[in-house]
Parts: sequence; C-alpha cells; structure tokens
Amino acid sequence: MGSIDGALLDFKRMERLAAGETALHRLDPRAKLLATFVFIGIVISFDNYAVTALTPFFIFPVVMATLGGLPPRYLIRKIALLSPFALVVGLFNPLFDREVLLQLGGIGITGGWLSFASIALRALLTISSALILVGVTGFTPLCRALEQLGTPRLFVVQLLFLYRYLFILTDEGIRLSRARGLRSFGGRGLGIGSFAPLVGHLLLRTWSRAERIHGAMLARGFSGEFHPSRECRFGAKELLFLGGWSALFVILRLYNLPQLLGTLVTGIQP
Amino acid sequence: MSHHIVEVKNLRHVYPDGGAALQNVSFRITHGESVAIIGANGAGKSTLLLHLNGALLATDGEVRIGDLPLTKKTLPAIRRTVGMVFQDPDDQLFMPTVHDDVAFGPLNLGLTGPEVEQRVHDALERVGVEHLRNKAPYNLSGGEKKRVAIATVLAMSPDILVMDEPTSGLDPFARRQLMGLLREFRHTKIFTSHDLDMVLDLCERTIVLHEGGIMADGPTLELFRDEELLSRCRLEKPLSLQGCPVCGSPARTS
Amino acid sequence: MHMADALLSPAVGGCMWLVSAGTIVYCSRRVRRELDERRVPLMGVLGAFLFAAQMINFSIPATGSSGHLGGGLLLTILLGADAAFLTMASVLVVQALFFADGGLLALGCNLFNMGFIPAFIVYPFIYRKLEGDDPNRKRMVAATILSALAGLQLGPFAVVLETWLSGISALPFSAFLLLMQPIHLAIGVVEGVVTIALLRFVHQARPEILARPRGDAPGNALLVAFLAAAIFTGGALPWFASRHPDGLEWAIAHATGEEKLKDSKRGIHQTLAALQTRTSFMPEYAFRSPPKRVSDNRQSAGPEEKSAGTGTAGVIGVLLTLGAILGSGVILKKLTHPALR
Repeated sequence: MGSIDGALLDFKRMERLAAGETALHRLDPRAKLLATFVFIGIVISFDNYAVTALTPFFIFPVVMATLGGLPPRYLIRKIALLSPFALVVGLFNPLFDREVLLQLGGIGITGGWLSFASIALRALLTISSALILVGVTGFTPLCRALEQLGTPRLFVVQLLFLYRYLFILTDEGIRLSRARGLRSFGGRGLGIGSFAPLVGHLLLRTWSRAERIHGAMLARGFSGEFHPSRECRFGAKELLFLGGWSALFVILRLYNLPQLLGTLVTGIQP
Repeated sequence: MSHHIVEVKNLRHVYPDGGAALQNVSFRITHGESVAIIGANGAGKSTLLLHLNGALLATDGEVRIGDLPLTKKTLPAIRRTVGMVFQDPDDQLFMPTVHDDVAFGPLNLGLTGPEVEQRVHDALERVGVEHLRNKAPYNLSGGEKKRVAIATVLAMSPDILVMDEPTSGLDPFARRQLMGLLREFRHTKIFTSHDLDMVLDLCERTIVLHEGGIMADGPTLELFRDEELLSRCRLEKPLSLQGCPVCGSPARTS
Repeated sequence: MHMADALLSPAVGGCMWLVSAGTIVYCSRRVRRELDERRVPLMGVLGAFLFAAQMINFSIPATGSSGHLGGGLLLTILLGADAAFLTMASVLVVQALFFADGGLLALGCNLFNMGFIPAFIVYPFIYRKLEGDDPNRKRMVAATILSALAGLQLGPFAVVLETWLSGISALPFSAFLLLMQPIHLAIGVVEGVVTIALLRFVHQARPEILARPRGDAPGNALLVAFLAAAIFTGGALPWFASRHPDGLEWAIAHATGEEKLKDSKRGIHQTLAALQTRTSFMPEYAFRSPPKRVSDNRQSAGPEEKSAGTGTAGVIGVLLTLGAILGSGVILKKLTHPALR
C-alpha cells in the first residue's frame, strides 16, 4: 500500500478519474460491471498452461482505459504494486512442475514456468479490469448498479456509509499516527502499549460520530427506511456494449488467436 | 402563530453515568425571535439543544414546541417543525452526493418526484450552492459543507432553525457570508456559539448557561456589558465591544 | 492473505460467490428485522474505522517488524455476527475495487475467509462458548485469544483449500499448508493481544458499548446451507472439473448438442475451420497439455513430440497480438482525445 498518505491520495485520484465525462463514463454502470464479470470469469476459465490464448484479452483493459481516458502510466504503476500474493504462490509452480512441455529455440520450458506465466497474465488481466471498472464508473454508481442488480438495500447503504466516512476517518488515523510518530524516538513508544489507547480513542470517537450521524438522520425524519436511488437506463447502447464484449470474449476463449496468427505468418507447420 | 413557540420548563438532564448536565432550565422563545445560547465549554449548551428536537429526552421537566409537549409520540411532528444543524457538517452530510443528502429529509417526509426536486433546488439556491448539487460531500470546503448542511434542513421547511456553533471552523470570509445568510431567515432561530461577535450581530436575545443552569437571560447588548457576569461564566466581552488596543479607538456602543 | 482471482478456478470462485452473496442477503434481512436503525450508521462508520485503524501500525517486540489490526473479531464482539459480517463484507468490497486486493471473483472467497469464518464459525462456536453466560475478565481474555488464533488458522486454511481445489497453483496441499499456518499462528497471537487491549480500553471508557445486546446466535439453517455448499465445492465440482477439463467448451457443446465443437460448420466456426485446414493448424493448440489432474495421459503424448516450431509460432503470434492491441489503443486515444495530442 506504500505510505498511508499515498494510499489516501490514490483513493482520491481514482475518484477524480471516475468523475470523467466520456461516453464510457456515461454508460449504465450495470453494463460495465457485468461485462467485467464476464471478462474475469472467462479469463480464469482457461486451463493451467494457457499463455498465448490469454494475450488477446488485453484488448479489454486497453480499450476500456483508453476510452475512459485513464492515464496508462498511473494504471501500470498501480497494477504493478498490487496483490503480490498470487505471484508469490505462482512462483512455486516452477519448483513442483518440472516437466518440459515446450521447446523454444532449443530451450526447454517446463510446465511450471508456463503455468506461472499463466498466473501472472491472469493476475494482470483481472486486476487491471477491476481497477479500470472503478476508474470509469466510480464507487457510488457501482453501488447503485449493485442495488439494481438485486443486492439488499441495507448492504448498499452500508457500502455508501463506509465510503462516505472512509476519507474522514483515514484522515483522522493519519493524524493520530503522525502525532504519535512525532513524539516517539528511536522506535520507542510505537508498541502495543500506545497503539491500544490510540486506536481505542479512534474507536470511541467513531462510535460517538455514529451516534451524532444517527441523530442527524432522525432530525430529518429517518424511520429506518432508505429510499431507492434513481433508476438508470439500460438501453440499446448498454446491451450492445455488454453483448459485444461478451461475444468477443467467447470467441477468444474458443480460438487461440495468437497461435493461429503465428502459424499463418510464419508458415511453420507443426 | 403559537406553534412556533419553544418552551422549556424546569428541564433537568442526567447522564447515564450519573452526572447532571442540566438543572432547572426554563425559558420561552416566541415566534421570529433570534436567540443565542452561550456559555463556557461543558456548560450544557449542546445538551440543551439536543433536547429541542428530541435527540435527547429530558430526565425531568418539559419541552413544548408550539402546542405539543415533546414525547416519543410527538417526535415525528416536532422533528418536522424544528430543523437542527449540527456543529460538524460531516455528521450531517452522510449521503453520497449533495443532491441526495438534501433530498433525504423530503423523501422521509413522504414526498416524491418533482416535489422533492423542487425542494432540493430551492434549498440549495437559498444558500447559494446550487452548482454543487452533484458533488460528493468530502470534496467540499468547510464553508460549502456548512451551507449544504443548512440546505438539508431548509429542505424540510422547518419553522424553527436550531444551529450548534454555526461559525466554528470557518475562515473570516465564509463566516461573514454565513452570517449574512442567517440574517435573511425569517425563522425562529436558536444558536449556540462561542463567537460572541456573531451573537451580537444576529441575536437580540441571549441566554447564558453556567454549569448546567441558566445564569442570565436578556437582551444581548445588556448582558455583554456586564463584565462581572461574563467573567464569572468564563466568558469575555466580544471584540467589537472592547476598545482597540492598538489605536485606542473606542468600542462600539450601538 | 487475500485470495486472488488468478489462483481461482471458476467452479470454486463461483461457488464461494454464491455462499457469500447468500450470507449477505441473509444478514441484511436479519439486521433489518432487529429494527435497531442505530446500527445503520454505526456499521458504516465502523467499516471506515477499520480502514483508518489499519493505517496505524505498532511495532512487535523483539521481531523488528510491525503489524496492524485485522479487526474481524473485534467487530463481531462489538456488533454481533450479522452486522459484523456485513461490515467486513463492505470493507472487503472496497478493498477489492480500489486496491484490487484479490479481485472481484475472489471476493466470494475473501468474504468467506475473513467475514464468514470469524462471524459465523469462530464467534458462536468458540468465543461465545468460552466466554460463557457469566463472562469475567479471565474468560474474556482466553476467549479472545483463542478466537483470534482460530480465526487466523481457519482463514488461511480456507485459502489453501480454495487454491488447492482450483488446481491453478502446483503447490502441493501439505506444502502450502506448512507455508501458511505457522505464520498465521504468530499473526493470530498478535491479533488476539491487540483485540484484548482495545476491548479493555473500550470497557474502561464506555462500558455500555460492550454491554449492548449482541443479537442471538445465527440460525442453524445458514450453517447447513454452508456445509452443503462446502461439500458441493469440495466433492462434486473438482470431479466435474477433472472429467470435463474445459467447462465452457463442454457447456457450449452441450447447449448446441454437438460433442465436438470444432466440427461446427456455422459462421465464424466455418471460416476458422477452413483456415485451420489450410494451415494444417493443430486441432489442439500445442501450448496446451492435458490438465494436471489427468496427467497419466501426458506420458503418451510426450513433450518431445511437440515441435519447436509451434512454440515459435506462438511467440510470434503473441507479439503480433499485443502489438495490434497497443496499436489500436494508441489510435483509439488519438480518435477520442484529439486535444491531448
């Protein structure tokens, strides 16, 4: 996550990107959410050693990021920092799966390396598509899409509340952490002894805040019922978007395009 | 217009831990009055305000809004009449956008569609932030947040406006703007504040709280001239009533 | 220990999604039914609190490393199982979207590992049982430490299980388990100690927070449903997956009533099939070998038989594809944002 201030800035940057005004941003969030789900589902449905067949799928993140006007450098840096867990686990594959499956210019490539490459590609594809989804949609519209797709309203409200107070409380957390850091020397005073009251205070303040918010809600006639948010239109454009991408993904799933292309171009007959 | 009257009789409030916050507080505020409640930190100002719309219920004594005594039964009606703006706008603005937040109250009143939109529009325009309607609350400045917070309450068209520390945390310009805004309201207004210059500007009447009880209740200017009273209640004359320490020009006397 | 999309098979991922989505619906109903609307803002800000708390580190004595609060157990003790699950779920959704922690499909697994396990397994069966009806300080401490340990053993265990069932990683089950469990034993102890310290602080400052009614234990229906789902994932789906290594092709073949998809003679199939015969492209592309679970077959089609040429063709094809994608990206950018150029 890097530095904590950085994480917060990152959040705000995503939010600003999501406020863009491209045609992609204006599309009903449901279409984008569903297309991303189809994409991820199909990407992970490939078998363990699929490498070439996965590469054409980069068309989705590249086109989406471009249409949405997301800065590529920012996305690449963010993706590179994310989720090393899959890669670490994947790195064990070459150790356990040492059977040579492929000869490439006299070098034998083992199944382990192939499947590692496959895991890395999957990670890149799935992570980038999720980030781009947020970048071209924004959190609040995504929550609305979830509601319209049948998520219980209580949970949607929970997501919105969390997001609303995220910035305020993380700011508070950063200030607390900084105040403690300024008065601790040589790592002293950073242990659990100071952590518990520090975070405990934050918890109590959070609790009181919840009570005040509840008061403010009651003061405006809240009776336990949230009113549904406005409907968006799922029209022809959305249908075309979802249908087009899904069709492309299915075709790419069924035909290994790069292999075909390579065979055609090189004329090498296996 | 008896329903705009706020009447508090022998109000007593005891915290769950046994400490008394308010004792024997009584006053009556009539229609169109603008009243300040001042006092040192911990004097009981916020606790008193929270009784006015039933966010807290009295341990003893009575609160009447218009013809209605404040009880669990009358709460919905009273909350419609008394609009409460909290000190920290972040507590008040909890919906994802300014529009949704202002619409929250009217929707809870059972209004729908165009009527809600009209109210949202009117309220935002009244406080001069119509252009912010699609923004998220965390992207607003302190002054903007305060205005939107007021709009959320105005959209319920209350008869009585109650505000906790309206000018706290604002820069001088935003404070001035907000005071101008508040002066325009024809509502019955009740503020708490440490900003005594604002009180002097906006409120003809002041109630001084000290350790949970009422110490004084009268015309603002009169009370502010009573230095002995002020210092006993850990308060000070507002700057505009003090002589200038640099040029020695005399204090305002109006 | 977020589970990741990249390690997940569709069967396992989809199944866990169903379990977690079902739990969200179930908990939402229960919280609504309790009619304590104070909970609504409280759950929301406590979710935000968890983010904020995780930004504050503490140093762990004698190790030189630092840790932060996990929070699943703390939330469950403060809010009760239903509300805590929803709160954790909201935190994980935001993490999946903004930090791509794990990913969207793995969200189902992560909700289960870090939300369901502490709220619906550890809390009712370990914490509440140990704490007893008349909790005193000693019992609270023991219950908290053991619950934290259990939660942080079961969670990683679920990660290992999900990874193994998916079969994308070649790590043997036992090796992975040995890798994960001991580390999380230490993390569990730290989590337990931090949770106790926080609870004690809250107890001193505002005892009424901990004295709130915490909602009754979750109904057994949910557990039964979960067990059924687990057995289904654990037993039936891997079997299905190994019998039909290519689920999608299998499904499409079934839907169109044709066993061999490549024989299809319609539309793009036809064109591509013609292309294939012309370039005598291998019907099963050479990069692919039979999936791991049917590895006995691999001997017969030994790797040596695969020509080096196919590999080269594949690499060239990949380069061409990526080039085309990047090129189209650049052109698209020029078309849609002429101002930027």
